[in-house]
Order: sequence, then C-alpha cells, then structure tokens
Amino acid sequence: MGAECKCHCEQDNKLDALFAQYKGNPNGLIVVMAAIQETHGYLPKDLLIKTAEELGVPLSDVYGVATFYAAFSLRPRGRHTVNLCLGTACYVKGAPEVQAMLEKEMGIKAGNTTEDRRFSLDLVRCLGACGIAPVMTVNGEVYPRMTAEKVAEVLAKYE
Amino acid sequence: MATVTLTIDNIKVEVEQGSTILEAAKKIGINIPTLCYMKDINAIGACRICVVEVQGARALQAACVTPVAEGMVVKTNSAAVRASRKMTLELIQSNHPQECNTCLRNNNCELQSLSEAMGLKEIRFVRPAQSHSKDDIDNSSPSIVRDPRKCILCRRCVAVCEKVQGVKCISAVNRGFETIVAPPFNQGLMDVNCTMCGQCSLVCPTGAITEVDDTDKVWQALDDPNKHVVVQTAPAVRVAIAEEFGMEPGTVSTGKLVAALRRLGFDSVMDTDFTADLTIIEEGNEFIKRVTEGGVLPMITSCSPGWIKYIEMYYPDLLAHLSTCKSPQQMFGALVKTFYAEKKGIDPANIVSVSIMPCTAKKFEAQRDELKDSGYQDVDVVLTTRELARMLREIGIDWENLPEEDYDAPMGLSTGAAVIFGATGGVMEAAVRTVYEVITKEPMPDINLTPVRGMEGIKEATLKVGDLDVKVAVAHTLGNARKLLDKIRAGEADYHFIEIMCCPGGCIGGGGQPIPTNLEVRLKRIGGIYKADEAMPIRKSHENPAIKAIYEEFLGEPLGEKSHKLLHTYYVPRGVYRKPEGLPDKVPSGDHH
Repeated sequence: MGAECKCHCEQDNKLDALFAQYKGNPNGLIVVMAAIQETHGYLPKDLLIKTAEELGVPLSDVYGVATFYAAFSLRPRGRHTVNLCLGTACYVKGAPEVQAMLEKEMGIKAGNTTEDRRFSLDLVRCLGACGIAPVMTVNGEVYPRMTAEKVAEVLAKYE
Repeated sequence: MATVTLTIDNIKVEVEQGSTILEAAKKIGINIPTLCYMKDINAIGACRICVVEVQGARALQAACVTPVAEGMVVKTNSAAVRASRKMTLELIQSNHPQECNTCLRNNNCELQSLSEAMGLKEIRFVRPAQSHSKDDIDNSSPSIVRDPRKCILCRRCVAVCEKVQGVKCISAVNRGFETIVAPPFNQGLMDVNCTMCGQCSLVCPTGAITEVDDTDKVWQALDDPNKHVVVQTAPAVRVAIAEEFGMEPGTVSTGKLVAALRRLGFDSVMDTDFTADLTIIEEGNEFIKRVTEGGVLPMITSCSPGWIKYIEMYYPDLLAHLSTCKSPQQMFGALVKTFYAEKKGIDPANIVSVSIMPCTAKKFEAQRDELKDSGYQDVDVVLTTRELARMLREIGIDWENLPEEDYDAPMGLSTGAAVIFGATGGVMEAAVRTVYEVITKEPMPDINLTPVRGMEGIKEATLKVGDLDVKVAVAHTLGNARKLLDKIRAGEADYHFIEIMCCPGGCIGGGGQPIPTNLEVRLKRIGGIYKADEAMPIRKSHENPAIKAIYEEFLGEPLGEKSHKLLHTYYVPRGVYRKPEGLPDKVPSGDHH
C-alpha cells in the first residue's frame, strides 16, 4: 500500500503500545485519550470502550472526562477547523455577524461539523489579537478584521 | 492516640487528630447541616451547605472535609454562615423545578427539609431556562427513573455506585450548567452496566433518582372484578414497612402487613417466605448433589437479582458457580399460576401476581424473558416497600390500630429459616440448618449460625457436617462480592458454599426500602429479622408442613422434573460494555427451558 495507505495502522500501533503500557492503570487515561484524539481527530465510541476495558476505568468516567475537556471531541472533525473569536473585542467589532454568516454558509451551528466533513466550526474566547478584531483562524491561519462579506471568499480557499 | 483540642461555638472539644470539623461538632451535639456528605462514602465538600467560620481562614470552610487543628476556633452559626447556607440553597433551587407537591419525594426530601430548617423564605433567582427538561428523563429501566431536572449534582449516587457496588455506571457528564449525572453516551440505565440495585435511589437527597412507580398497575388490577389478584411479601418488608408510618426501624409487623394488604383488596395474601423455605430445600439438595457428585464448587446463591445481573456482566465465566435455583420471588410466581391456580380452580390467565419487595432489581428480574415457566409472566407487578406504603397512605391506613392477621394457604406458612433471608448471612444460615440435618440425620446442636450474621463485609465459617468440614463465606455489597469472585478466578477460594447479597446488610438494606436507609437503620432492621426468626414456632425449612405438602401434592421431589421446570433457571452471559466472545448464550447451556 505504501504512501497511499489510508488506514490507521501506524496510529493503531501507537495506540496498542499505549494500551499495553497503561494496562490496568487508570492514571494513563488522559494520555491515552489525547493519543486517540490526535490520531483519529475525535474519540470514536469503540475506542473509548476499549480504553475503559484496558485501563480498568469505568466507561462512565471515560465519557465524563471526554465531555469535560474542550480538547476532546466525540464527533469526527472536519478537514478544516474554523475558529472564530467571540472575545469581548471581537464581539463588539462584529463577530456575531461573521458567526451568523459562517453558520449560514456551512449550514451548521457553531460547535459542529459539516455533513461532508469539510469544516468544523468552533467559537473561542480571545485569540490574543484584539488589535485586528474580529479574528478568525482556519487551520491556524489568521484572518484579521473579518466581515460577513468576506466569509464565502475565505471558505472557498479550503476544499 | 493523638488528639487535638479546638473550640466550636465557644465550647472546648477534644477529638482524635484527623477528625473533621463536622465530626468534632457532632461530638458536642452540634449537627452542622449537610447535603452532599455521606459518612464513609462521600466527603467532597461540593455542596457548600456545611460551611463554617474558622478564625484566621480567609473564606468559609466546608466542615465535612476540613480537618481539625490544635487551637482552632470555629463558629457554626454566625450571620455569615447562615447567610451563605441560605444563598447556596437559593442557588441550588434556581435550577430546580418547583414541583414538590407532585414529586415522589414530597415530605421526604433533604432539599425540602433543609430549606425549611434554614428558614428559607424566598428563592430570588430562578433561571428562565432550566438546564434540563422533561425530555431528559430516563425511563428506560423497569426499576429506576432518572430525572436530571431534580438533580443537585451532589454525587451521592455516583459515590455509592462506585464505592459500595464497584460499578459506577453513572458519572458527571459535561460541565457548568450543562452538567448531568448520567450513563455514558446519553444511554439509558437499561442499556448500560447498571445492576438495578437502586442504592442510588436510597441516597438521592431529592427526587432525581427514584423507583419506577408501578402502583397504578396494581390499582387497576384490584379494581378489575375479573382479575384474581395474589400478593406475596418478601422477608425484609415486614421489618421496614412500619417506618413509613412513623414506627421504629426493625419493628416486626408481619401480621399488620397482612391485614393492610387485605384492606387494599388483594384476593389472596401469601408469603415469599414460603418459597424461601422451598429455595432452601431445592438449593440444599443441589448443594449436597454438587458436593457428593463432584459438581462445580463453590456454589453461590442466586436470590438477589442485582447480584445476578452483576455476575452476568462482570464475571460471565463464573456463571456455572451459581445455584440454578430461581429466587423465592420467581419460584412463588411460577407456582401461583400453576399449583395455586390448579388448586383454586382459577384460569391462570385471570391471575395477576403481585410481589412486595425491598428491591428495585426485582422489577427487572420479573420481566426477564426466561422467567415465564408457568406459560405466563410469572410475576406481573413488583412493588417496592416504598410504593406499598404510598398505596396504604392513599387509603388512609391507620397502622397503629391495624389488627394482626395470618397469611392465606396454601403458600402462606413459613419458618424462621425463611425470614432470615432478609438479612446478610440469612440464606447461608437457613441452608446450613437444613443441609446439616439432611446429611447427618441428626438435629443440629445450635441452629444459630452467628459467625455469618452482622454487617462485616465478608464473613467466613467452617462447620463440621458429618465427616465433612464445610467451608462457607458470606458477602454483601457487590464491592465485597468482587473480592470473593477474584479469589475464585485465581483458584484461591476453597469454599464450598457462598452467599452473596447485592445490597449492604442484605435485603433489609435493599434499594426499594424506606428512606432513610443508613447503617443505624440497617442494624435495627437486622435486629428485627432475628427477633422474627426466634418468634417462629418452626425455624428449619425442611420442617415446614406446607413445604412437605407441596412436594407430596404437586412437585414430587426436590430437583425432580417438575421442580426443575418451575423452580430452576439459567443465566445469560452479558459482559460489561459488550457481549463477551467465546461464551455460550446461556448457563447451564444444556438447559431445556
């Protein structure tokens, strides 16, 4: 399969090593979950069940941790992550209008992922760049002084 | 032992080092109010009701988690403390439905009584949109309802499920106002590793976790002239029901219970204790057979449906250790629609079989697919002690002035061996009373098997029965059960016979019992159980004349064909989160059921 390999075999090997390392050890919970999040982009249910079984942690605790930390996602993420800042400065400079347009263009509410998994839209609190408010990032790339009018043009750059 | 001296409300008190302010205050008669706190189970300082002023501390301290220190000066009743408690109560209730009058816990709710005790006069803050709605109510389980709207996030249910039962099928999910105590992945209790034991419903301070209320089904049956409604009463109910009418825990009220059920209109009031005696005959013979013919040992009791679901999920590889005997409730159910129907000349289709149980898991047990050996669902409706009390209050029963009445024949006569099924160790003691005499053909010198009585988590005893040293163990709570099962798995258990009860103290501490059920109450109910045993004219199951009669008239012999069909069952390997691989669909796998 070589470079074309689309499966998760390498990631699975990494996870298996972690499962072996933390077998029966609840202290490894966050480490294992972070690795799943990193390799899969979200926390698939069957892997959370496996985590509970391997580490000896009740599944209710695993799920509790998964829903507590914003770094974990229970749904598959989109190929591109759009973060819109709703901090005070961005808010007063018009971020809500940008949000409305993003949600309209993508056809989803913030916090969700589009059906075709092209975009995930998240709201964040202050990116530390209030001077260029309202700020939006796509895959970490910064878009300053966003307006509702610019939304379609920016999104078109990401397939 | 090192002690420290501190001052609480101007009173000097000397307590053991490491005590909390809460414990120290209790010692001098000051009851600091608590809400999330549960002795030995939950001390997390989360609810902030128990706050006190500690001189020198910059903020109020939670008394349940703050250790005492030498020279500490504490005020438990200052203006700041009282204001803080009121504010906390107001904030909790800002997100709590104000529907106390229609709540199952009306008049028995800790949030309600604290509000009264703290003199709360108004709730100034009410969130316009509450965090959870009626859509979030979990009705999936036949045993337990979760209503997250009424949850105050005290975590007492989570603590009891984790620390007492070792299950933890619920946990805090999400954060902030969205926080909900729930099973993972928005599933219902029925879809997860819940044993249905209902200990969560005993410790819930509000109506957020309750038993499923099935009283309407029973009213409907009682109101239907075409139905013959039969009721059975579990051993543990008779030492607890009186609490619902203001009597002391442990008051033995068998006769009043019978009279009360007649006043509700049941056509026949009979006793689960009868089938408890029957269980001893079947299980005792099964045990003797396993010992003499080389069957799977240790044999483990099978009366407790929460325990059964637990072993099916967590130790499905050990199911062959379970006695194949149905629980007394299910034996009774199978006999009502066969033996009893035949004897009375009633079409079993017109019989409604009701049971009064100390247990929420019994509701789950009654609707298990395989427990239909009479050709019908053997037990139609299970009511907990709490639900029965509700029905009796509705008809205005005057408990104190009720007469004492006797159970109806032919399944009403029982022995002291049957009533002790209600306390941890009781099934073992009852079995030993019979097994000893069946094997040795001699009367047992002392039928009181005291080493297996009481609240110790795991109890052991060795008895000389003829030439055999019989080694027995008794565990209550699933946490303690796990310790014995791990020993069996490791091949380190040399016991012959093990009794396991799901709930702390056995059935007297069951999830369907009156609230509160705490250690003190459990001990009093256990006292009632042994008092009832001593008061019985017959105290050994094999001497029960009604048991002898049912074998002669109907069943034939213990472990015989009819007994096997009606009184024995099989178990289902379930797994915890998914069905285990490589195990049969049922154990014993060759069973003809």
